[in-house]
Amino acid sequence: MTNHPVNGGESSPPIAIELQGISKRFGNVRANQDIDLVVQRGTIHGIVGENGAGKSTLMSILYGFYQADSGAILIDGVPTKIYSSHDAIDAGIGMVHQHFMLVETFSVLENVILGAEQGALLKAGISNARQTLQHLADEYQLSVPLDQPTGQLPVGQQQRTEILKALYRNAEILILDEPTGVLTPQEADQLFRVLRTLREKGVTVILITHKLREIMDVTDNVSVLRLGTMVSTQRTADTSMEQLAELMVGRKLESQTFAKADPVDATIGLEAHNVSLHGSKGLTELDNINLQVRHGEIVGVAGVAGNGQSALLEVLSGIVTPTAGHLVINGRTVSASEPMDPAQMREAGLHHVPEDRLRLGLIKSFTAAESALLGYHTREKFNWRVLLKLNLIRETCKRLMQAFDVRPQDPALKSASFSGGNQQKLILARELDKAPSVLLVGQPTRGVDIGAIELIHDKLIEMRDNGCAVLLVSVELDEIMALSDRIVVMFGGRIVGEVNGANANKTELGLMMANAMDDVA
Amino acid sequence: MNTSTVELPDWLEIVVIPLLNIILALFCAGLIILAIGENPIEAVGIMLKGAFGYDEAVGYTLYYTTNFIFTGLAVAIAFHANLFNIGGEGQAYFAGLGIALVVLTLDQYLPALLLIPLAIAAAALFGSLWAFIPAWLQAYRGSHIVITTIMFNFIAASLMVYLLVNVLIQPGSMSPETREFATTAWLPFMHEFLALFGVTVTRTPLNLSFFLALLCCLITWIYIWKTRWGYALRTAGQSEAAAVYAGIKPKRIIITAMCLSGALAGLVAVNELMGVHHRLLLNFTAGYGFTGIAVSLMGRNHPVGIILASLLFGILYQGGAELAFELPKITREMVVAIQGLIILFSGALALMLRPWVVRVYLLMRPSAINAAAS
Repeated sequence: MTNHPVNGGESSPPIAIELQGISKRFGNVRANQDIDLVVQRGTIHGIVGENGAGKSTLMSILYGFYQADSGAILIDGVPTKIYSSHDAIDAGIGMVHQHFMLVETFSVLENVILGAEQGALLKAGISNARQTLQHLADEYQLSVPLDQPTGQLPVGQQQRTEILKALYRNAEILILDEPTGVLTPQEADQLFRVLRTLREKGVTVILITHKLREIMDVTDNVSVLRLGTMVSTQRTADTSMEQLAELMVGRKLESQTFAKADPVDATIGLEAHNVSLHGSKGLTELDNINLQVRHGEIVGVAGVAGNGQSALLEVLSGIVTPTAGHLVINGRTVSASEPMDPAQMREAGLHHVPEDRLRLGLIKSFTAAESALLGYHTREKFNWRVLLKLNLIRETCKRLMQAFDVRPQDPALKSASFSGGNQQKLILARELDKAPSVLLVGQPTRGVDIGAIELIHDKLIEMRDNGCAVLLVSVELDEIMALSDRIVVMFGGRIVGEVNGANANKTELGLMMANAMDDVA
Repeated sequence: MNTSTVELPDWLEIVVIPLLNIILALFCAGLIILAIGENPIEAVGIMLKGAFGYDEAVGYTLYYTTNFIFTGLAVAIAFHANLFNIGGEGQAYFAGLGIALVVLTLDQYLPALLLIPLAIAAAALFGSLWAFIPAWLQAYRGSHIVITTIMFNFIAASLMVYLLVNVLIQPGSMSPETREFATTAWLPFMHEFLALFGVTVTRTPLNLSFFLALLCCLITWIYIWKTRWGYALRTAGQSEAAAVYAGIKPKRIIITAMCLSGALAGLVAVNELMGVHHRLLLNFTAGYGFTGIAVSLMGRNHPVGIILASLLFGILYQGGAELAFELPKITREMVVAIQGLIILFSGALALMLRPWVVRVYLLMRPSAINAAAS
């Protein structure tokens, strides 16, 4: 253990967390190499890096999910061993995960005290907790309806519940992992206001994100991780987005701009007429959708996650049959009385890159070659009626991997062993290889690193230029704006607006996404 | 640390872990034998000798093995479609009815070369029919397959008692059995078959359905891993959502997988009725259907594993019988308890030792954790 001078002097700011020489290997992958990090108390500290740069590993070590192979963690200058999230909570560390850890049928209050019930009987604990929470909510301006089931709350409020959970456990250091992925720009702004309030009250915030704009907006200091090493820690004011991006990728990035297409005369590849989808519980998931995608254009569907985009993709791809209205796909009509399943959709030239790649796009326990066959095992090309042409399937997978730079190039490797970006490239390769005339793409770059994003975007534009009708669903507004020739905005299962891709602006789209246009006008 | 996501090489998963489970089970069994005042080492010796020591013992062991292969494969193929078929017992029992109906109707008219394939087909058909109903209920009515297949075991048992006592019983007989099948419906015994090649072995119940069992292993292996149907079945078993995305109909997979499963379970009746008893009788399934679950779990749902696990259970059945005979202190019930321990450790607690194996493995080969990290 190095003899570290405790930094408690009046002149320099006190240090909340200090990591010294943290290393963590997973086999021959060095997830973290000799990482030093100093986070000052009462600051918002951003950590950026590509996927696989080691951000998550580092935070998992800090939160006790993993133990570092070497190195030390100092909390408030005291060397601390963190073996579990329990230890982390005891040390005053709270974490808000990217995917919320809430019991949706429980109220906010019940969720907050879960695991901190103070005794076998709930009653006393609950009334104590109610007081404490009210106090916390007032202090940090974090109002949440305490008695409502969290599942009924908007995402932003669920996130606040998570923050309250951490504060209720006396967290003085709060780690947020990609907190804005599911928020509208406006909700994100609210979150940042909350974070600033927390900072004023002396809470230390660590913000993990890949959105550099947020880093610039809200953080005091920023650290950049690349390939498991800490390449820079500096004051946010002294740096710029361009510099951070370069540090993250390790090379200069050319900003991707694409010329917009406007194929007015092209034939229509995909058309939705008054399409509605009513769920089994009487829930209206899609409400009277009208949509056209011409060959040679990309139509972007913007919206906050959970406003019907997933249902739209399911209906358009044939996974779910619409309850009302009809679709026309390359001239073929699809409706409740004439349904088409995804296999028939593929025959009709409509291919689908699903948004949930782990659940739909591939099978984790299958080899890459088997996953590269998903949806096409009945094609004559891939079987002799009964037996699969396993050699051809393997060769095809290898070819796809080469074309889309999927690494490692090993068709026999389990699909789960590939990184998110490589899984996505494999799925994209599988679908694009079939020369689709209509392509549905859901969240093509979710959890994908910058290098792969470039390739994926290039491929989508290439498809468009080859005359494919592309429907792009994404929660990344930047992506929608960069790629789309037309943008439609979904809210509450409806299309609430349409703008031309060339003159879209972010504020306007953001307001549409929150269905708040009327309030402004 | 979450060890369940760490991938182990096949040899650890298929060979080492099951072997450790068996050793642990035998150790516990040894403690029990010690407690009743017998020598466990001696007991194991008697058991192994009873299972392998002489050709008659081998015959019996393989005869039991045959049944376990059929029921093990049945459970495995359903398992690959993410279905838990607990109804192997009832499906095998009902398949016996199929054999009896075909043979009793036709054995006076058809030659063996026609009758035997026809009766085997009837067994498979009736077995799959008995699995089809729970499968349909699962696919289209959402009734859980575990519950329905269990209940169908009872229905099959009651139905067979009724039919054997009231309908199919040989007139004038006191025991609820059909008349004996004509010899054209008998599957040749192994000792008869080997005699054709000049090999003389002692007479045992082992018959040619042993080869049928091995053939089924091969076909099941090809079906699951080499055909497009097997691909669809595994896809639906791994992720229903992905199956729908791929244009596979999960409901149809449920039906096909269960029918195939029932057909395989039904082949137990071929071994028992056409191979050994030569008549339909009560309770000929003797729990083979249930043991198939343990066999499949232990064999990791892979035909090769299932052959090995079936062999183990064959040894336990045959060697156990010998043990009860040789050591008076070890009763028949005692042997059942030992079998139960093996089932407990290699079935219910099959993955109990896995976290430790993973840890040891990772200590020796740290490069294996990549997958778990990402």
